[in-house]
Amino acid sequence: MGKRVGMEVAIASAEAAALCKFDVASVYPITPQSHVAEHLSDIVADGRVDASFITVESEHSALSSAMGASATGARVVTATSSQGLLFMGEVMPITSAMRLPIVMIIANRAVSGPINIWNDHSDIMPMRDTGWISFFADNGQEVVDMVIQAFKVGEDRRVMLPVNVNMDGFQLTHVVEPIIMPDQEEVDRFLPPYKPYAALHPDNCVSMGTLGMPEFYTEAQKSKDVALVNSIKVVCEVWKEWEQQFGRKYEPIQTYRTEDAEIALVTMGSMGETAEIAVDELRREGVKVGLLKIKLWRPFPFDDLKKAIKGIKVLAVTDRACSFGGPGGPVFSEIRSALYDVPKKPKVVNYLIGLGGRDVSVENFMDMVRRAAKGKLKEPYEFYGVRG
Amino acid sequence: MNTAMKNPKSFIESFELYAPKLATKEEFFVGGHRACQGCGEALAIRLMCKALGKDTVITNATGCMEVISSVYPTTAWRLPWIHVAFPNSAAVGSGVEAGLTALRRKGKIADRRIKSVAIGGDGGTMDIGFQALSGAMERGHDMLYVCFDNEAYMNTGIQRSSGTPFLASTTTAPAGKVVPGNQVWKKNLAEIMVAHNVPYVATACQSYPIDFMNKVKKAHKVKGPSYIHCFVTCPTGWRTPSDTCIKLGRLALETGIFPLYEVEDGKYRMTVEVPEKRRPVQDYLKGQGRFRHLTPEQIQVIQERVDIEWETLMIKMRCSRSKEELRAPRAK
Repeated sequence: MGKRVGMEVAIASAEAAALCKFDVASVYPITPQSHVAEHLSDIVADGRVDASFITVESEHSALSSAMGASATGARVVTATSSQGLLFMGEVMPITSAMRLPIVMIIANRAVSGPINIWNDHSDIMPMRDTGWISFFADNGQEVVDMVIQAFKVGEDRRVMLPVNVNMDGFQLTHVVEPIIMPDQEEVDRFLPPYKPYAALHPDNCVSMGTLGMPEFYTEAQKSKDVALVNSIKVVCEVWKEWEQQFGRKYEPIQTYRTEDAEIALVTMGSMGETAEIAVDELRREGVKVGLLKIKLWRPFPFDDLKKAIKGIKVLAVTDRACSFGGPGGPVFSEIRSALYDVPKKPKVVNYLIGLGGRDVSVENFMDMVRRAAKGKLKEPYEFYGVRG
Repeated sequence: MNTAMKNPKSFIESFELYAPKLATKEEFFVGGHRACQGCGEALAIRLMCKALGKDTVITNATGCMEVISSVYPTTAWRLPWIHVAFPNSAAVGSGVEAGLTALRRKGKIADRRIKSVAIGGDGGTMDIGFQALSGAMERGHDMLYVCFDNEAYMNTGIQRSSGTPFLASTTTAPAGKVVPGNQVWKKNLAEIMVAHNVPYVATACQSYPIDFMNKVKKAHKVKGPSYIHCFVTCPTGWRTPSDTCIKLGRLALETGIFPLYEVEDGKYRMTVEVPEKRRPVQDYLKGQGRFRHLTPEQIQVIQERVDIEWETLMIKMRCSRSKEELRAPRAK
């Protein structure tokens, strides 16, 4: 049942795509995603997967050619980061509108300027409303599992949406981790071959990407929203199936020691593991603290959030991106809005942390919890550890 | 008035007799679309589709043709067709090729050749889509790209593009009191494609339908990238009467402004003869609203430039050699 290996996470993500036997990979290299691009091309060059690798001249063309290939009925993978993701921005809402289940591996990195190649979530946040399903991984194992799950979720006839798998640049991509690599046979059993609803072929002539006048545009937008909202059922179903077959459990919001917690941290991505240690430390000191780790960013798991916050008095939400001139970080404003109608809701505070690769230590998380518990926080959000 | 106009009945009868031998009667780009009266581009696309035949997938850049042909829930396309955005027709088309090739190789679709054909206007090809085009051609995909060049952003309201000719008046390069229209010369994209070592590059025009269709068929046969730059008239943007669509294309050729040639494996060849004594550019420019402000001196400047470009092209006609020809002497 799989093999435990030590592998760099970026390479492992490409290996996971290989296990899904993609037909086309279309990738433009960018730090810190470049090992994904390189390894996907290695896999194709060595004939380990029978596929076409398109060495595109930009990220815009990477997603565009991925769409062309996906529209013919091919299983397609792409990958990017930061500026590259923003450059894909024009194409991303069209991918979801055309219901093409492309899987994109994102090595999350700060957006310029100043130019910065290190990790935060300011690349994916502007893409929040493009109609893609968004997974966030905590560690290398989750990256591998989520890439495989992403194809199954996206290609499900009830979903038919593109999926991005977010892994923190460097913190995950460039780290060698112990990972259980599923066997090919197991993945084949889990992931059926892709059967497209419609494909570009002369035997069944279709027009894709037609012009929507005002009398149809609203309906087109609603159908995308309904598809996203409904996809959460399939995501959970696929995760349940994964747990049964592979023994690893996934939930939209994973809770850690929240049973009797009065205060809880909220994280998304690799910092969840650091936060876990901080929770353990504080628990030893007798602080009733827990942790909520968001694994599914879109569609947003509103019901899971409401269940997870029962009994919690203070929620310290960490964000790794800014919404300049807005209400706070994007995760914070999402959560605060989600809790507006909840009668017994916690106080929600917001820390902007780990921007552009700034390290966040266990002590930092402990400090965040202690200050949030005392209500000592610059309102409404705080750039944690900022000078000046 | 020509014979056909004098006796439309006999024209239609003879059309039925001869036309099917020159082109298939089957239509892949059908009527009912919303193109302007006398649109050269819609006509050219119809001809292109006839030459391509059924086993084709079309990728369409945003522009007039996507707008007029695909208003949901209708479509004018009887070929598989996809539109994604403005700058990426070549990239999407390259993905279509890669997808079809992989699926065919893996036995997931029937084992027959389906040609990926990407199309775009001059803005979508020469400006915003230029990088994607360069990439797709350089990568050597088995695909054809056809640029339908009507010399400005007609879909958004006649703004200047890098295909707009010198001194033409557009809505962003207007003929003002101080500046007399577009200040730079038209970009020569066919030459840039030749420089990409694309095996087959051609220029074409809707006014020479058989020449255009022959070139499309030739490009279709190429196993690799091919590029056709199709000059198309636009009565709306050029401010010309709808019934001058064909005439203007012919004048563009007869004045030497837009010669029709092909470059096969690096060798240039004229495909439609231009009269020994070329007509003055004045014949082409007059009657077009976009050039109505030109002074005789400005027309002279255009004439001189056209003469130089013509001579440059003629040198290539005489001196260019295909890679095959260049290989031959060494082999001996």
